[in-house]
Amino acid sequence: MPPESENPSRSLTAANVVVFAGKGGVGKTTVTAVVARAAARSGRRVLVIELDGKLALDELLPERDGEHVTVVHLSAPEALEEYLNDHGFRRIAKRLNRTGVIDMVGTAAPGIDDIVVLGKVKQYERSGEYDLIVVDGPAAGHAVSFLMSASGLADAVRGGPIRSQADAVLELLADPERCMAVLVTLPETTPVNETIETAYALEENVGIRLGPVVVNGVDAGTELPEPDDVEAAFAGADLDRPTQDMLRDATAFRRARRAVESEALDRLSERLPLGQIQLPALPVAGLSAEDIDALADDMLSGVDE
Amino acid sequence: MTDPELDAELDSGVETAPPAASLREVVERSDVLVCCGSGGVGKTTSAAVIAMDAARCGRRVVVVTIDPARRLSDALGLESGLSAEPQRIDLDQDVHVEGEMWAMMLDTAATFDGLVRTYADDEEQIERILTNGFYRNMASAMSGTQEYMAAETLHALHHDDRFDLVVVDTPPSRNALDFLDAPGVLSRFLDHRIFKLAMLPTRSGLKVLGSAAQPIFKAIGKVVGSDVLADSLAFFQAFSGMETGFRERADDVVALLRADRTSFVVVASPRRDTITEAVWFARQLADQGVGVAAAIVNRVQPEFGEIEEPARATDGDDVLSSLWANVAELRAVRTAELAALAPLVELTEPAPVQVVPLLGDDVHDLDTLEQLGHHLFPAT
Repeated sequence: MPPESENPSRSLTAANVVVFAGKGGVGKTTVTAVVARAAARSGRRVLVIELDGKLALDELLPERDGEHVTVVHLSAPEALEEYLNDHGFRRIAKRLNRTGVIDMVGTAAPGIDDIVVLGKVKQYERSGEYDLIVVDGPAAGHAVSFLMSASGLADAVRGGPIRSQADAVLELLADPERCMAVLVTLPETTPVNETIETAYALEENVGIRLGPVVVNGVDAGTELPEPDDVEAAFAGADLDRPTQDMLRDATAFRRARRAVESEALDRLSERLPLGQIQLPALPVAGLSAEDIDALADDMLSGVDE
Repeated sequence: MTDPELDAELDSGVETAPPAASLREVVERSDVLVCCGSGGVGKTTSAAVIAMDAARCGRRVVVVTIDPARRLSDALGLESGLSAEPQRIDLDQDVHVEGEMWAMMLDTAATFDGLVRTYADDEEQIERILTNGFYRNMASAMSGTQEYMAAETLHALHHDDRFDLVVVDTPPSRNALDFLDAPGVLSRFLDHRIFKLAMLPTRSGLKVLGSAAQPIFKAIGKVVGSDVLADSLAFFQAFSGMETGFRERADDVVALLRADRTSFVVVASPRRDTITEAVWFARQLADQGVGVAAAIVNRVQPEFGEIEEPARATDGDDVLSSLWANVAELRAVRTAELAALAPLVELTEPAPVQVVPLLGDDVHDLDTLEQLGHHLFPAT
């Protein structure tokens, strides 16, 4: 079997549940969509779980003939409310402001809403209806606390239904066959630094299996000539001064950006002994469903090579 | 994209003065400046650059970041990082600076502790609250606490004589109103009916025991366990008597957020999703009668002229053809980005929209911050 980094589609989907984590703006949702599409194209029944009330994935993953992709949305407060209603709150809560009760429970036992969400994920996993479940994880720095909610609650709550829920979730998170986390980042200094920190925090505090890191938006554009070669080419060409300056400036800019990028990627490989999967930057300001299809096909063809 | 209803709302906005002509004018007109937007768009950096420019214009300004912002504190030359106490930044390196720039980071839990100390009756009450598990959760983890404490910190700094301008970066919340509402939400929570239930007098005087017998608390206890429930009820009892102080303070904070000389600046990056969020923020603020004073779009692909590749100019020359290919690729990105940010520009104008180009280098020292400053505050 080839090393993980050469087999992106498979290494990214090597557990029943794959949680994509990374800070806002790194393209986590895009990566989730590409992986879901690629898995569906290789014949798997895929469930995509979107958290935090975002509604982007329906648009990025429209129905395609012969492919099984289902998108569901889970919101922590709603899941908690539903859970409480199922556990004897419905009648009592009617008399009180519902959000007040939910706030109080959420504060008394922080992470309880995350547990309820993870409990639902576990339920889907156990249903056997899907070959792969991908979770577009919570935004910002919430990934660690989201995944840690189970161990935190298990410490605080000694009995009752929430405790057994937490135990079941811990079991899911600790089983490398059933669950793994994939960190998504950009080839830039700050996102890479945060990814390294998050990886260590997850390792230490959650003990969840980490898949390869996905680096989104890597510059895979035209190769740039060396400065000396540029001057030589200018000497032999009939280009006016402003044109030469423009071409030179644009090249210098691109070269500088690529230097920042490769420095960030180098540090990522140095500090994190995980595989790296790079997705190319596309000249767009936001991806469409067709872009997702194309990236998924790229990813799958990478497997055949 | 026009929305007559929204336009009317924006037109009927609070101030009667014409919109500021530039970001610098927005800053001049403000005592408090709030940078909001989704995560990863450069809010913290923008806040720092704004503060730096204001100091150069003679203001005594403090910038508050939400997280440790390691790279920013390095860039500012703070060797031990940002702390919860404002630290003076040395800007006086090449040219004399009239004003002062200070920087600090929000400490949510310590700020909350400070409020408790202010409104508690005695040491014993302070002790009982600060050591309570429910309180610790609330001070560190409850949703909205960070927003509330950011607003509270802003209020405290606004009344601190050392400063005449406070620039704050907001938590990367999906909802602009979280920030405006948080003080009210929390004081309502503390003043809630549940709380009153927990305080029902009981015969034995053992309030915790008495309250725990209420059906609602029995149900909560069944879910979270009796220890956690007892802790929660003990908190509400310890907190008794402080609700009014907290509520009045929250009202002051909300009033400051809505004051004429408090400005909201929406920060975005030129991607469709963050622009959509920024537009959503701006609309929410407008709905609340709080206009967006300016918008900043960071990291837009720079422009490299409009010269077109001459026909057959690169015949057989690989070097020249890759130079032209590079320009074409960069222009394609810029075109896509400008199209993506158009809705935000349309919604914000006539208030200023400042587009900041992606630089060749990341921010890592005062010089790179300064470069951003030239783009955020272009010389007229």
